[in-house]
Amino acid sequence: MKAVCWFGKTDVRVENVPDPKILNPHDAIVRVTLTAICGSDLHLYDGYIPTMTKGDILGHEFMGEVVEVGSAVTNLKPGDRVIVPFPICCGRCWFCKNDQWSLCDNTNPNAWMVEAMYGFGGAALYGYSHLYGGYAGGQAEYVRVPFADVNPVKIHDGLPDEKVLFLTDIFPTGYFAADNCDIKPGDVVAVWGCGPVGLFAMKSAWMLGAARVIAIDRVPERLRLAREACNAETVDFEEVDDVYDVLKEMTGGRGPDACIDAVGMEAHGHTPDALYDRVKQVMRIEFDRAHALRQALHCCRKGGTVSIPGVYGGFIDKIPFGAAFGKGLTLKMGQAHVQKYVRALLSRIERDEIDPSFLITHRMRLDDAPEMYRTFRDKEDECIKVVMRP
Amino acid sequence: MQPAEILSPSSSQNVNDRERWLSVVIGSAVAVYGLTRRSIAGITLAGLGGALVWRGASGRCPVYDSLGITSVAESDGERPNVSIPYGRGVRVEQTVTIGLPPEQIYAFFRNFENLPRFMSHLQSVTVLDDKRSHWVTKGPAGSDAEWDAEIINEIPNELIGWRSVDGSQVDNAGSVHFKANPGDRGTDVKVILRYDPPGGLLGAVTAKIFGEDPAHQVKEDLRALKMLLETGEIASTTGQPNGVPHRARLRERLAEFAR
Repeated sequence: MKAVCWFGKTDVRVENVPDPKILNPHDAIVRVTLTAICGSDLHLYDGYIPTMTKGDILGHEFMGEVVEVGSAVTNLKPGDRVIVPFPICCGRCWFCKNDQWSLCDNTNPNAWMVEAMYGFGGAALYGYSHLYGGYAGGQAEYVRVPFADVNPVKIHDGLPDEKVLFLTDIFPTGYFAADNCDIKPGDVVAVWGCGPVGLFAMKSAWMLGAARVIAIDRVPERLRLAREACNAETVDFEEVDDVYDVLKEMTGGRGPDACIDAVGMEAHGHTPDALYDRVKQVMRIEFDRAHALRQALHCCRKGGTVSIPGVYGGFIDKIPFGAAFGKGLTLKMGQAHVQKYVRALLSRIERDEIDPSFLITHRMRLDDAPEMYRTFRDKEDECIKVVMRP
Repeated sequence: MQPAEILSPSSSQNVNDRERWLSVVIGSAVAVYGLTRRSIAGITLAGLGGALVWRGASGRCPVYDSLGITSVAESDGERPNVSIPYGRGVRVEQTVTIGLPPEQIYAFFRNFENLPRFMSHLQSVTVLDDKRSHWVTKGPAGSDAEWDAEIINEIPNELIGWRSVDGSQVDNAGSVHFKANPGDRGTDVKVILRYDPPGGLLGAVTAKIFGEDPAHQVKEDLRALKMLLETGEIASTTGQPNGVPHRARLRERLAEFAR
């Protein structure tokens, strides 16, 4: 089969590889009908996630048709249409039972690696380094889906792929970020990053009762989408002197009640701290560039919440922890517990409350993947979201 | 050189006499070979050989020291009913939480024939009778070993203790403890293992260097036990597709190792 494989920094190729096989009793094999490049795939593309090896198959946003099931899978049969959440979860451990799916105990064969880095390890992810389990990803014609009895969600034929594909990651991730803000009536929610997760976080903030949503970015077409599709007030951080002053002014001097960092480890900025991060990251002294996170911590109102769906991998410097402490902030973060939200969000799509396909800008073939990784990374061609049909 | 002088006992000694002799002989050979090479690698080898000779002569091993182990027996007289005298061999202790009641985990563990399902270095265990069983391992670098074990202590749903019987290839003793946690936090399963590795402790250190660290091994085995009991399978990616053929990947790993 054809698959998008990682070969090194900014080197992804479409290769011919053997078809996946059932390896465990709860596995299924899915024939992929639509897959996407996620913003977090760009961290792999740029070489910032350790433990990738040559030939690893990428992709954690995919859906398709079940073609084979393992002996212990009774709820699915060949022919079923499914979306597959990006965290691989067992559904039986303490964390899964407590709706903290992305912290699953039982799916990462390389958990010891994560334990060495983080103390404890969570769920494995598709196509996201050996640290996260080393599972082959879904930017391929076929993919092996472990614990197919608990993870995939069946989709009825009436819904087109493009409307439901983002239930695998970015829609629940955005919703999780907004849910973590514990939104109360009257709340102003500020979102750093108008990429797909940021846009879904804005949509979700409205769903959860926000009074106002403010979006911060610098890419014109993304700010436009935030305004037009997500009803957000927008701040172009390259056009203003100080984001803090602007947000303070917009909120009557209080600051936003909740701040969402939907940017993560590769933030762009032009303040001294952003430059400092850039230099250290290039020199491999620091993994992550945390400009957006610092700003969110600084801008958030007293007693507010900073929610972090943006991905961080290692150590970050100059975090204004004094500000977080002094203002009594609540910090919430992590990989989204997709399985906790996915069915409720599917219902919203079925009821036509939201059509997640609004942010797709590029509809391509799997063969176009190498070019599209570059286009998406460089935000060329007004690229916001790429979907690919194998 | 009088061996008796070299091998005079000392309180800080942590290498036994047989191993000390081996160290001196192998160390000398390595040093001589290294010196004849007349290269950087040769000098390194000679240094290593010298260190081994020193280890044999002094009876002190800094590697054992850092690992907290010793191959010197407490006393010369072996006590009956003890597979590994106190202070000898390698001791490993690891714990995992499993989301099942102790009874279920105990029942699974008590049937020793289940052990190879999650212990990657065990090839098979055959239950001989209520107390005795025959164990066969896949040792490091293909060094298989087998022995008979007997249960010496047992409290149903709480603990099982076993030891290898006299004349085993690998003297070992172990126990597993089951303790229910309050609330819905399952059962703490603790394994304590002591063993005298084949090839002496030198063998154990070699195994550690080449990635067969027994503590890591037991930890991973317990993780596999948790996966197996909680989900019915052990997470794995072995056999999945990859963009680089297996053989090419192996070559690359070897090349990396050589660098």
